[in-house]
Amino acid sequence: METILAAFIAELRAIGLPVSLSENVDAAAALRAMPLGDRDQVKSVLEATLVKNHDHYRAFELAFDIFFGGRPLARLAEGSGAAGRAGSGTGTVLRQLTEDELNDLLFQAVAGRDGVLLRAVAAEAVERWAGIEPGRVVAGTFYLYRTLTRLDLEALRRRLREEEAGPGGLNDLGRRLAEEDQDARVDAARAEVEAEIRRQLIADRDAQAVAMTLRRPLPEDVEFLNASRAQLADLRQTVRPLARKMAARLARKRRHRRRAALDFRRTVRKSLASGGVPVDLAFHKPRPAKPEIMLVADISGSVSAFAGFTMQLAYAIKSEFSRVRSFVFVDGIEEVTDILEAAADITSVTHRLNLGTSAVRLDGHSDYGRALETFWERWGGQVRSRTSVIILGDGRNNYHASRAWVLTAIRQRARHLYWLNPEPAAAWDTGDSIMREYAPGCDLVVECRNLRQLRAFVEQLD
Amino acid sequence: MHRFESPELVGRSLRGAGYLASERISSVVYLGDRLGKPVLVEGPAGTGKTELAKSVARMSGMRLIRLQCYEGLDEAKALYEWNYKKQLLRIQAERTGSQGEMAEWTELEADIFSEEFLLARPLLSAIRAPDPVVLLIDEVDRLDVETEALLLEVLSDYQVSIPELGTVTSTQTPLVFLTSNNSRELSEALKRRCLYLYIDYPSVEREQEIVLSHVPGISETLTSQITGVVRSLRQLDLKKKPSVSETIDWAQTLYLLGAQQVSNELVVDTLHVLLKHQSDIDKATAEFTAAR
Repeated sequence: METILAAFIAELRAIGLPVSLSENVDAAAALRAMPLGDRDQVKSVLEATLVKNHDHYRAFELAFDIFFGGRPLARLAEGSGAAGRAGSGTGTVLRQLTEDELNDLLFQAVAGRDGVLLRAVAAEAVERWAGIEPGRVVAGTFYLYRTLTRLDLEALRRRLREEEAGPGGLNDLGRRLAEEDQDARVDAARAEVEAEIRRQLIADRDAQAVAMTLRRPLPEDVEFLNASRAQLADLRQTVRPLARKMAARLARKRRHRRRAALDFRRTVRKSLASGGVPVDLAFHKPRPAKPEIMLVADISGSVSAFAGFTMQLAYAIKSEFSRVRSFVFVDGIEEVTDILEAAADITSVTHRLNLGTSAVRLDGHSDYGRALETFWERWGGQVRSRTSVIILGDGRNNYHASRAWVLTAIRQRARHLYWLNPEPAAAWDTGDSIMREYAPGCDLVVECRNLRQLRAFVEQLD
Repeated sequence: MHRFESPELVGRSLRGAGYLASERISSVVYLGDRLGKPVLVEGPAGTGKTELAKSVARMSGMRLIRLQCYEGLDEAKALYEWNYKKQLLRIQAERTGSQGEMAEWTELEADIFSEEFLLARPLLSAIRAPDPVVLLIDEVDRLDVETEALLLEVLSDYQVSIPELGTVTSTQTPLVFLTSNNSRELSEALKRRCLYLYIDYPSVEREQEIVLSHVPGISETLTSQITGVVRSLRQLDLKKKPSVSETIDWAQTLYLLGAQQVSNELVVDTLHVLLKHQSDIDKATAEFTAAR
């Protein structure tokens, strides 16, 4: 147990979870204090002692499944003991079934909510159809695909719909609820197949090696530019609580920073308590001016996801600014403040913007020079000394003219001019990226590849 | 020394106290007692974080000491304070009572900084309590970052250092629960000292049990529909998802209305019990009136 715990913690640290030495010690002590009955108890012990941030839970869960996932049923059957005998019993029976019969058994397992049967069916299906090749370094996605072409989950869903519809007595709502319940069960069946494949992979290679292939970055470390759709969905879940935390923090920072002028009236009133001697001074509450933010975002192609997140974040904490205005551009530029304010979900809006606004004038390739110049001509006069202008983009100008003088002009009027670039700093100035021309005009150019960096930037804003 | 026999027993006693705990919750409560470590409970609002601490107190017959955190809470309100008015009286009594010389001043000083003049605030009273207590530090995320450090000594060593008196160490280890609504990141130092328990919305089955136990007389079909609708609502992208307590309120409402079965119209009519933001209500209404 000690060695597997050490390996498990090493894996968590490799993913990026901050596990301290004392937490390591706690986990070991907790495992000793707990009468360990089953896997779930080990899991709750490790979770309580090692994972102190709920955003990291998914990463923990995957790693836990890899290290403490148990052995595949098929291999259990080869072993001895009670578990082995039970396994071989179902195993041999299942092996003689035809494809249809196995699918039928799957239906019975899901319909009857029989977890043990479900696992046995999943194990058999993986054994039969996944065609796992020993020793190959893969994450198992293809094995999953191969298994699921034969183990038909869509047919299962249809059949559940038909057979559980009941004697026509369900109203609209009842049907809806039943369908959601069925979907959850089909998802569970799919997860069981995935878990079985993982177990097979681990039995083939060892846990550490599999963990390395399956390792995924934590939500805050996912790069905006090459995030998959599922990762983007995860990120969206993370942004809202993050924004709430940041708003609280900014508000606090602003309030605590300095004392305002002496409140003479309250000081005199207080001094009466000490015989006219002003022992405690009273001060006015500081009421610092809130800054105004102008976001100018490139929404072409791959950069749009990054722009979407930054805008979402900015809007979520807009109570901390006197005003947030947003502009989007590709080769033309357009103000979208009103559109964004009316919409509930900003990420869906960026998609709509891409379709029909004057942000796109010609060919849909970004032209920073033209966009910036137009911005300066139309809205430059509204940039004031309290305004911070933030430009979001990768600075890839498709070999158009840079017109970097615009940035110098904006900077002279504005309080600050920042440029956030979602590309790694090493990639700047390669190809058509012309950050070196724009950088001198800005107060600060920040690499902003993931949520962690974005958050660090917003926290130092003022 | 240890109060609980096994995690299962914790679960059963919690149930007896009217709190339906998942296995994970009872495991962590058990561990908190075994290891003598505070439990930091996080999760969405209204999932029973505070209720957990109260139920643990109730089930084991321990006294509950509660510290409600808020911005601006300081040492004087959380730990201890000298009762300076009483001290003043004591000094005056000394002057008028006898013709005492200044030589007695040291004696007097030692006297006025004694336990008699100490006002114990929640943290200190939990440490000094002779009987076993449950200490609940509620909404710890509302504390300022600087004040959070106040808790560290109490939480790791169960002691309080008072410069004039020395260190007060606890005679018994209190069970400590901290709750947080996650409105800001707590410091690493605090998290390291605690066991972490995240209480999410319960599974459909557990929520059914909760509703059945809180609304006596409600039928099982109605309950399963209620929890189904709530699950469906929680899957929507809402500002504030319905909490467990709101589920119970809703169940109570439907029960009092005499509903036998939930229908789309009934859901829409009573949505305001579950959802408190107008934009959320609009969204859910659209979702449930759409023809399917």
